[in-house]
Amino acid sequence: MQRALVLELDVPSSPEYIAIVRLVVASVASARRALADERVDDLKLAVSEACTNAIEANRVVHPDAPVHVEIWEATDRLEVTIEDSGLGFDPDKLEFPPPITDPERLNFERGLGIPLIRTLVDNAAFIRKDTGTCVRMTVFGGPTDGDDTGAIYMDMSSFADLPPL
Amino acid sequence: MELGLEVDDSRRPYTVLAVKGEVDVYTAPRLREKLVELVSQGKHQIVVDLEGVDFLDSTGLGVLVGGLKRLRSHDGDLTLVCTHQRILKVFEITGLTKVFSIFGSVDQAVAE
Repeated sequence: MQRALVLELDVPSSPEYIAIVRLVVASVASARRALADERVDDLKLAVSEACTNAIEANRVVHPDAPVHVEIWEATDRLEVTIEDSGLGFDPDKLEFPPPITDPERLNFERGLGIPLIRTLVDNAAFIRKDTGTCVRMTVFGGPTDGDDTGAIYMDMSSFADLPPL
Repeated sequence: MELGLEVDDSRRPYTVLAVKGEVDVYTAPRLREKLVELVSQGKHQIVVDLEGVDFLDSTGLGVLVGGLKRLRSHDGDLTLVCTHQRILKVFEITGLTKVFSIFGSVDQAVAE
């Protein structure tokens, strides 16, 4: 199977939409790939972390820009990309919390998202683009026997004008 | 998406806060507000019961770390009740199992 796009999704840069992205990604992963439930849970958490970062990045410079989600699959893998329009960051220069044994650790409430993403998926790439940052998360697992329904595009970016969920 | 937050004051000196639902960047501020409210009411021994939590991400972890810090500054403590492997895994990956006392039931947490 060649690498193929399964689904595209644009959501507003607003925290209440992260649950929808989690649900969509978990549903596609469960339906189309032979992954243990635990692996789907790992992917769901990694996607949530990446979406949280993307929304925060957009809100700094382009609060009206959507977060763009794509799900791709190939013979042995599922890839999820989360793309923002923010200023970008260098993942190798992030400040990580002090060691657990350090009393200063309790002063750090943030900074766990990127390490979690790296631990939870089989491969995580943080790609800097001129237009923002793309996080590509890969989990390995073969296909299920489901029918190929072709790519789906869902545009929820205009939902921000609706009342909150 | 609602976050359930139920306070049980019947196990003095402990206050049990039962959390239900998904804790992420959207719902975590409500958990933070509730913890701040309890501390400001002088409740400094808080047990956060995560048995009803289906999902918890790093934002939720951050709120719990902040709550623990706040309580320790009042010579108090924040302990957790959690048996779900998918939630415990988040604490294990981040090393926070060494920061929090995590119990298998509310009864065990208040017996300490």
